[in-house]
Formats: sequence, structure tokens, C-alpha cells
Amino acid sequence: MTRINVNGEAHELVDVADTTPLLWILRDHLGLTGTKYGCGVSECGACTVHIDGAARQSCVTTLSEVGDAQVVTIEGLSADGSHPVQKAWKQHSVPQCGYCQVGQMMAAAAMLRDNTSPSDADIDESMWNICRCGTYPRIRAAVKTAAQELRK
Amino acid sequence: MSHPRKQPTLRETSVRPEPPDYLNRPVPRHDLCTLSRRHFLAGTAAGSLLLMGKGSATPAFADPNRVDVESFAPDLFVSINTDGRVDILAHRSEMGTGIRTGLPRVLADELEADWEQVHIVQAKGDKNLGDQNTDGSNSIRFFFQTMRTAGAIARTMLETAAAQQWGVDVSTCFADTHQIIHRDSDRRIGFGALIEIARTLEVPAVDKLRLKPREKWKYIGKDAPLVDLDDIVTGKAIYGIDARLDNQLFAVIARPPVVGGRVKSFDATAARKLPGVVEIVPLPRYRGLPEFQQLGGIAVCATSTWSAWQGRDALTIEWDDGPNGSYDSQTFAKALKATAARPGTLLRAAGDTEAALEDANRVIQANYSVPHLAHASMETTCAVADVKTDNSGRVTTCHILAATQNPQAVQETVGRAMRMRGEDVLVNVTLLGSGFGRKSKPDYCVEAARLSRELKRPVHVTWTREDDLRHDYFHAISAIHCEGAVNDKGQITAWLQRAVYPSIEALTKRRNKMPAAWEAEMGHTDLPYDVPNLRLEVGRARSHVRTGWLRSVCHIQQNFAVGCFIDELAHAAGQDPFEFVLTALGDDRQLDMAALGLKNRDADPRVYPYDIGRLKNVLRRAAHNAAWQRNSNLPRGQGLGIACCRSFLGYTAHVVEVEVSPQGQLSIPRVWCSLDSGTIVSPDRVHAQVEGAAIMAASHARWGEVTFQNGRAQQSNFDDFQVARMKDAPRDIVVDIVESTAAPAGVGETGVASFTPALCNAIFAATGKRIRDLPLKHHDLSWS
Ligand code: FES
Ligand code: FES
Repeated sequence: MTRINVNGEAHELVDVADTTPLLWILRDHLGLTGTKYGCGVSECGACTVHIDGAARQSCVTTLSEVGDAQVVTIEGLSADGSHPVQKAWKQHSVPQCGYCQVGQMMAAAAMLRDNTSPSDADIDESMWNICRCGTYPRIRAAVKTAAQELRK
Repeated sequence: MSHPRKQPTLRETSVRPEPPDYLNRPVPRHDLCTLSRRHFLAGTAAGSLLLMGKGSATPAFADPNRVDVESFAPDLFVSINTDGRVDILAHRSEMGTGIRTGLPRVLADELEADWEQVHIVQAKGDKNLGDQNTDGSNSIRFFFQTMRTAGAIARTMLETAAAQQWGVDVSTCFADTHQIIHRDSDRRIGFGALIEIARTLEVPAVDKLRLKPREKWKYIGKDAPLVDLDDIVTGKAIYGIDARLDNQLFAVIARPPVVGGRVKSFDATAARKLPGVVEIVPLPRYRGLPEFQQLGGIAVCATSTWSAWQGRDALTIEWDDGPNGSYDSQTFAKALKATAARPGTLLRAAGDTEAALEDANRVIQANYSVPHLAHASMETTCAVADVKTDNSGRVTTCHILAATQNPQAVQETVGRAMRMRGEDVLVNVTLLGSGFGRKSKPDYCVEAARLSRELKRPVHVTWTREDDLRHDYFHAISAIHCEGAVNDKGQITAWLQRAVYPSIEALTKRRNKMPAAWEAEMGHTDLPYDVPNLRLEVGRARSHVRTGWLRSVCHIQQNFAVGCFIDELAHAAGQDPFEFVLTALGDDRQLDMAALGLKNRDADPRVYPYDIGRLKNVLRRAAHNAAWQRNSNLPRGQGLGIACCRSFLGYTAHVVEVEVSPQGQLSIPRVWCSLDSGTIVSPDRVHAQVEGAAIMAASHARWGEVTFQNGRAQQSNFDDFQVARMKDAPRDIVVDIVESTAAPAGVGETGVASFTPALCNAIFAATGKRIRDLPLKHHDLSWS
């Protein structure tokens, strides 16, 4: 039996190999399907979550690597979609299909925690997640809006 | 070369038909006569609707109690409940265009419904609803008038009901924001309070309906947030990969690495021992041609996706590759070029091209090629199936829940595999994590159904990214040969063009060996330029992979060639490319599609003319917005490129600005696109589509390539099938939508086609290097 802390709650996992990627634990064992699969090899960022506050790709993070760290997923980013990043995403109508957007928002939220005045170069560097629908210009705009709110 | 048939030139065929009053006429709703609506709704209540309440916290799946059989349902697409709630069916699939919001708003507008009281109900697959293949940029075009008519039917009946209740003339009653108002007395009554009476009324004949005039539109042409926006930003939105049925297993499948291959032998001993693995199930290969059937292979079914995946990777399989086992795309690309160099099958001609090319002083030749491309939808193909059988193994019920662009194709294909009628297959549609044409092909749904039938419990199939890239329905590899002549006045006197690529029809037709007319018409045979001597041909090519349609389809290669070649001609003539293209388009006129043998996507050319004036208009606007004239003064390493086209009945022009460092590093700081797709329903979503189209086209132009060796796709994930990220996507995309009252045309794919030629023309302007073979990653763009 293994314990894992997700969104402030401890969960007990039975019969799960500790080499299992966090992504599939969240999705298939805990029913938290907000975190998405896109590549499985840390190339797309769709599976991005926060581990002890930092953006991490859950597809390449095993259960044993998580240990007793605090995992936050989109379901725990805010209770009601009120995180500045979520609000900015709505304000700019960022999503098209929406599939990549959870990962995008988790990446943005982590970046903005450390840096509330990101330059374009900072955004290019931190926001490497793939959006196949091509919402990048709006993501950039939304990140800047969220940053502004966080600076207030 | 065979002698060209004498055909009229474009000039001779110009026509100016009277445009019919299309947008003021309701469309026939004949399905109402043949279907008992109440029966239909009662039927749908029995678990067949996927309800996703707008603004509700969680999407609700098929709750029978949610559909009130006592509601007023005057049309398949709309029902009104006693509490005033209006349910509108969204029967097209949401994959990022905003159609689940857009089409219902058209109906709501005509109904005068208050959008806050509208719930969107995602329809199951049902041919009574009409075309559900969310593909071909057709949704608004096909259903704009249907939605308005449905809304007008309901509104008219509510007005009549109010008139009856008040004992006044119906002409004095009108609907306004969820209520009917009596003009003379200012009495008001809400929609919900009228449905008792409305239900007893005859459905009015469509010729008795009056549609709202354009200036009264409240929602059409006005933006609203996506109905799924809250769910998306909170992670609650349900896609195919998230679909769950009680007690389901998760499957990951090893498929033959070569199309047409089979399992020779396999050993699942190691896989069986893995924790979570429940069952190993061999899947047969498709019968006959691939169509939308399963590829076959060995499925591992387990208690979680990861266990199934681990199990799949632990299988040892020996494959029989079949006839495509020697397919090598590099060799094939050369063969296509050789074919394009030889005379082909003539599809359209004017004048005497052979003679004109022979007599010309300046003849330009160029060969273009585009490799196989993959869809790489952000969400891979995923579906869950629940198939029940009787004691004899005969299928009794089959339920599919899938991210599909085409639920009716799921019904048909799964129905065939399950030996049941397609209409008896219940197909519910989740959101799609994009699709781009891949999810119109339901092979993955057939896999899920076969596994569920075998295991007698629901089975969810997930394609890994590697599966997705290796077993796609790939965009065709192509070669296009162009020859053209310009005279001393800088006019194009002759144009010969030959397009060679495997046809999509090879999926379903054994004898297919060359591009079909409808494929050629995507940028090739519908060449708009006013050229006196013209030969447009296609050449033979067989398909060795599953060739499918990808956003913008054959416009990808054909408009790349046409848009770059005319730029080459402009430079040969020593003229400014923008002025040259504008002149080459000739007089404002409408092409006579019938005389030119063009099908116009089966659209009535009186409603959807090929209007050169509109094409020139977007070209001028894009050039103006980009301040085109600065092109001649830009320093080396910077350049503008321009291209235009008509695709999916809409018109676009792109100007792309590039910067290329002396070392050959490319960036795309700005893009301008002007688009005329007639009447627009959701302006912000059109902007978003055009932005995304430029970025997708940039991805494909720069890196897009799937190669094959020994019949096997060589790319398998985003490390080797690269797509644009934030840092390398076009930075600033300026979208300009032409205000128009014309009938609504395509948008989603329309934004793609003229981007790539404009990009490559810009690279030429910046570096003097011509790009004729995509992708750009193979080219050294450095300069000194
Ligand atoms: S799924 Fe983890 S980075 Fe792509
Ligand atoms: S919104 Fe569709 S992949 Fe990003």
C-alpha cells in the first residue's frame, strides 16, 4: 500500500506498482481526469501538475518519485475556477478544443508563482507545452493578464 | 502529349447569375412529417442523449429524467420545458471550432430565446438529424438555415399559442427574449407558460414562416463564451480518453506496423504475468480494404491504462507485413516526381498550352513536393464500448461513447462489425481533443466494440501517441510539376500543372489509382487565374498507407504549389508579386463552374459562386494591412510573402513576414490574414480558427513529415514529429474578417491553405532561396 497526497488529501493506493507514472494514478486510480495524456515522454506538457509547487510532467514522474510530496492538479488549483490564470484564460477565450489547456494553465500558474512579471522570453521558456489547435497568441496574452492580477 | 481539348477560357465563361434569396428562405423540414417527434424524444429519453448542461458544474451523461417527455418539441433540434428551459440539440461534434455553441445560438436567436435559459444537449448519432460528419468546414454552411428554421417554427407556434390564450390576432404577438408580447396591450407571457397550448398546435408549413431579418439578429454575429469554457478551465470537460462506463477495462493494442499486415505468431506469457492485466485478445485484420475498419493486432485489456500499456509492450509478436512491407517513402517520392514529369490525365484545359509554351521566350519550370503528414490531434483516438450479447453470442445492444467527428460513421462501421443495423448502435459523443479529420474515421471505435463483445464488459481503448503517429490516416505524399510562360508585358500566357498523389479514395475503392476530381479541385483544377492557355492534369499514384483527409486536405500541397509558382512567375516577369497576382486574377467575375467541370463542393454556385472580385478583395486587404509596399525596402534577412486562394467556399489571403538570421534561423514575427467566408456566426471563434490555422500550417511547413521504411512509419512522438510551440509559432497574427451578407462558407480549414505559400514566398524575399520541397527543416536558409 502506498500513500499519495493530492489536492490536500491523502489517498491510499493498493496494488499499484511504485514505478507507475503519476499521470495514470491520477486518471485511472483516483478518477482525476482533468490531467491529460498527450505524449507520455515529457514532450507536450498536457499532463503538467504541481509537485510541491513546481510544474512537473506527471507522465514521467513515478509514484515512488512523488513520495510524500504535495501534488496539486487542476481539480485543486482552485475550488471554483477562480485562480487568476483560469480567469484570464476565460477572459481571453483561450481554449479551442481545450485538451491541452489544463497543462497550459498549470504551467502558467507555476511560472507566475515565481515570477509575476514574465517577459516574452520568460513565457517562451516556461510555456513550452504543445497546443495543436494553435492558441499560443492567446495563451501569451492570458499569461500577461494573470500576471497583472497577481501583481496587484 | 495528347492534344488539348479546346475549352473556353475563363473570360468566355464568365457569368453573372442572379443570387437567389437564400438567406431569407426557411428550408424544408420534411423529417418532421415522417417522424413522430414525441416518440423521438421519448426514445431519446431512454438513455440515448448525452446531456451537458450549459453552465452546469459537471457534464451529466444520459439522465433519462432530464428529458421531459411532456415538453413542447416542435422540431428535432429544440424542445421547451414547462419551466421555460430550452433544450437545443448540438448534433455536430465539438473539436475546438466552437460549433457546440455556434449552431445552437443560431437557433436560439431565431427563437428569441434567452441564451441564459438554453441548455445544450449533445445528440447521439442519428441519421434523422442530417449530416453529422463534423468535417469539411461544413457545419454552419449545412445547418445555418436548418437551425433558423427550427427556431422559427418554435417561435411561430409560441406566438400562435399566446394569441389563442389572449384571444387576439397572431399578427399582434411577437417574441422577445423568452416571452411573447402582445403589441397592443403590452401583455407578456413567458415561453414556459405557453407550452401546454403550443403542444396542441399544428406545426406550421415552412412557407408560412418568417425568418428574422439580419438587423434583428441578437446572437448571430455576436460573441459568447463557449458553452464548455467553465468545464474546460476547471478540468471537468469530458473527452474520449476520459469517457468511463461502469466496470470498464482499459485496452492498449499492438497493431501491425505495416498496413495490411497480420499477426503471424505471438507470445503473451510475459504480458499475462503483469499486475492488472486481465485478458489478451487477438483482433482480426480488416476485411477487404482498410476503410474505417480495425487494423487488427493483439489487445491487452487491464484494470488501468498503464497496466494495459505495460502489457502491450511485453508482448512478443511476429508479423507478416503483407504487400506494403517494402514501402519506402523516399523512393516513392522520387517515383511521384518522375510521374509528374510525364503527361498525365487531363482534367481541365484552355487554348493550346503546348504551343504557347513552345513559342514563349520565358518559360519557368518548378517541381514541388509535400511529404506524408500526420494529424497528431492533441488527444489521441479513444473510445469506450459496451456490447451485450445473448447466449448464442449474437449482439443485442451496443453502446459507444467516443471522441468522434462522425457518429453516424461509427454506427455504420461498428454495426457492420457487430452484425447489427447501424441505427441500432447507440453512439454518444464526448468533446474531442481536436480531430483535424482523424476522428472522422472510427477504426478505434470498432476496436473497442470488438473487445467488449469478446470480454462481455465495457472496454475503453486508448491509443498511445506512438500508436497515433504510426497508424494514422496520413495526409497524402505528393509531387506537383508546374510550367508557365510570361510575355514581355508581364502576363502569364501559359500554365501547365500536373498533380500526383495517392487518393483518399484508395481507402474504399480497389481500382483507385489517381487523384479524384474532388481532390484535384482543392487548389488545382479550380485555378482562378485568367490564363489563355491552360492544362491541368493528374497522374497515377498508388496508396501504400491509409491515406486520409487532414485539415485543408489537398489544398495543402496544391495551393502550396500554385501559390509559390505564381510568385516564381512574378519574379520571372520582374514584377511585384502582389500586383502580379492581382492582375493574373483578371476581371471581377464569377467562374462558370459547370462549364469548367467543377463541382463546387456540391454547393449551388448561385449561392456559393466562385467570385474573383471577393478573392481580389481579400488579397488587397491583406496587402494593405501588412503595408505590403515596404517589402521592396526590407533589409536582407527580412521578407514578406503573399498568397491567396478560395477553399471550402471561403476566400483568404495571407501575408507572412519572416526574419531569417544569417545562420538560417527562421522566425515568423507577423502574419496577416484577410478572410471572406460570408455571414459569420461567431466572430471570435473565426478569429481563433484563423490564428490556429496559421500555426498549424506553420508546423507542417517547418517540420511536418512522416517517412516510411519497410512500410513502417519512422516517427512516433513529438520529438521526431515536431510541431510549433510558443517560441516558434507565428507571434502576432492579425485576422481581418470581411463583413459580408453572403451565405456562410467554411472557416476551420479555409484559414490554412494560403499560409504556406505566403511563408515560402517570404523566405524567398528574405533570402533568395526557393522552397519547393517541404518541410523547411531540410533546407539550409543561411545567407551572407
Ligand atoms: S503527456 Fe506528459 S508531457 Fe506529454
Ligand atoms: S486547445 Fe486544442 S490542443 Fe490546445
